[in-house]
Amino acid sequence: MEATFYLSGLIAVAATLMVVTRASAVHALLYLIVSLLAVAIIFFVLGAPFVAALEVIIYAGAVMVLFVFVIMMLNLGKAAAVKEREWLSPGMWVGPSILSALLLAELIFILVQNVQDGQSVYGGTAISSGAVIDSKEVGIALFGPYLLGVELASLLLLAGLVGACHLGWHTDLRFGSHSASRSDGARS
Amino acid sequence: MDLAMNSGFSHEWAAIWVNLILILAVLFAFSAMLSWIERRLLGLWQDRCGPNRVGPFGVLQIVADSIKLLTKEDWIPPFADRAVFVLAPAIVAVTTLLAFAVVPIAPGLGVVDLNIGLLFFLAMSSLGVYSIVLGGWASNNKYSLLGGFRAAAQMLSYEVFMGLALMGVVMLAGSFNLRDIVAAQENLWFCIPQILGLATFAVAGIAEARRLPFDLPESENELVAGFHTEYSSMKFGLFFIGEYVGITLISAMIVTLFFGGWLGPLLPPLVWFLLKTLIVIVCFVLLRAALPRPRYDQLMTYGWKVMLPVTLVNLLITGAVVLSAA
Amino acid sequence: MWNSLKTMWIVFLHMFHRRATIQYPDEKPNIPPRWRGRIILSRDPDGEERCVACYLCAAACPVDCIALQATEDEHERRYPEFFRINFSRCIFCGYCEEACPTDAIQLTPDFEMGEYNRKNLVYEKEDLLIDGTGKYPGYNFYRVAGVTIGGKNKGEAENEASPVDPHSLLP
Repeated sequence: MEATFYLSGLIAVAATLMVVTRASAVHALLYLIVSLLAVAIIFFVLGAPFVAALEVIIYAGAVMVLFVFVIMMLNLGKAAAVKEREWLSPGMWVGPSILSALLLAELIFILVQNVQDGQSVYGGTAISSGAVIDSKEVGIALFGPYLLGVELASLLLLAGLVGACHLGWHTDLRFGSHSASRSDGARS
Repeated sequence: MDLAMNSGFSHEWAAIWVNLILILAVLFAFSAMLSWIERRLLGLWQDRCGPNRVGPFGVLQIVADSIKLLTKEDWIPPFADRAVFVLAPAIVAVTTLLAFAVVPIAPGLGVVDLNIGLLFFLAMSSLGVYSIVLGGWASNNKYSLLGGFRAAAQMLSYEVFMGLALMGVVMLAGSFNLRDIVAAQENLWFCIPQILGLATFAVAGIAEARRLPFDLPESENELVAGFHTEYSSMKFGLFFIGEYVGITLISAMIVTLFFGGWLGPLLPPLVWFLLKTLIVIVCFVLLRAALPRPRYDQLMTYGWKVMLPVTLVNLLITGAVVLSAA
Repeated sequence: MWNSLKTMWIVFLHMFHRRATIQYPDEKPNIPPRWRGRIILSRDPDGEERCVACYLCAAACPVDCIALQATEDEHERRYPEFFRINFSRCIFCGYCEEACPTDAIQLTPDFEMGEYNRKNLVYEKEDLLIDGTGKYPGYNFYRVAGVTIGGKNKGEAENEASPVDPHSLLP
């Protein structure tokens, strides 16, 4: 199990690197999907199969499809790839690289300190204890201690929905401004 | 590790492998036969004969077809995005086959018994969209691109209530495990209390499998062949196989979730499962034979304005009933 | 919804209808006698060629698939020296049959002309000529036409008056 954890972690990191360096947007998105799938496997290995499944369904399966959809509509050709390559010049790398390196150093420091303290890196997590958190526990957690967060998130989503409805609700100019076009309303 | 344990271990693995390969072989054979079954049935319902030349009753038609597909030129258009173009047909075959891993065929028969089996199925079917979308995009052809667009929008919309339609079943069974769901139907098949769920899931399933009333990504009389216009040879064959395995998968899921899976009197469980699946598949073919393809905006309106509210109402009612019973 | 279900039921009932298919190579279709299929050249009831090589069929042919060369025998009877139809060009329109003044060229209810070699679709006169009279059994052009050929003078045809002798004074 540890081997799968490290392997999928490696894949996630490598794929994410590829996401940043690809010139073609669709290729970058494909690597991002691979990265998300790797993260899903990490969740699964850590004993959270429900979260893993949701990761695949929602992030890899729905959100990324929307991304691909939009990218497809943009009609990015060779010219866009050339421009993208120009932007990937070494000068652009310096700032983010330094910040990421600092974060990496921090992470390594924590890991090393934990090991020195005599406890395994994930001593308290599920990979060693073998406990599996199933959907019921997730549900109880969501509607117990995190109820406020869930409600706030749902309010946010509702606001998004209302906004989308408002934007998508065209009034048909041809037949007067009062009659809302039915087909346009449906498309949103 | 001592010898006895070791041999027992390998024995178990051998059993799993035999199980896996057997299911895979049967699935492939079944899906291949499906193209013949479908064409014969369509013939039957259109007062024709259907393919009846190759072998007895034409059963070997698929052999002839696959020889033809394998010997065709494997053409990758020079204007296509090579890597994605090659990747796309593989995705559909892999995701549908992976999704089949969780289908409980009979007690003790099945590839894997996953606690989140239902979610796994949904995850795989949502990943299958990429095959169509990327295939359409990578072909770099306007018809393919239109097919890809339609696929993305259609499958996203129908996925939303596909998952929701199944939540009623999950509530009644109290588990995402498909074997538990089948076991929960011992007394009453879920097709009766979850009739709305069945209807919506069947519609969503057809849309996900891109079958005829909802085959807008392909729609051969407006988009040439939609997303697989540029595909030939075995790459096209993979799309073909993916579609038929997809139909088998959706039918098997409908049987598992709503018609009691392997449960049934007298006959052995495996026979019951295959029989029910076959009947559902025949219903799908009948749907294809009878119904015309809707216009694109009709499809969207239908999905968001009819099916989604119906699933939500179904969810509310089921929740109320489960709560009051508890 | 109800409509769709009704449609499905009606389509389902078609299962018990009769098949419309004719299983062709095993079961031959019933072809009407006026079918425009393979072209033949017929003979008159005496066994002579009907064709008088007038070129009307070649002129009428919209795709120019008929080629022939006229010649005469020792009795001044015209006949084609060669007569060639390229069936890979022919569209079976039947204009040649309509144009033919002697009912020599006729279309028959035979359509099984598949060939592996395209050159085999060029039919020569010996391929086209049949022994019988085809669709018009009694008709013999030279017996009704006022043309002189060997063994038949002017005025000897059916329903033909003897030619007027301009040297005679009698009406």
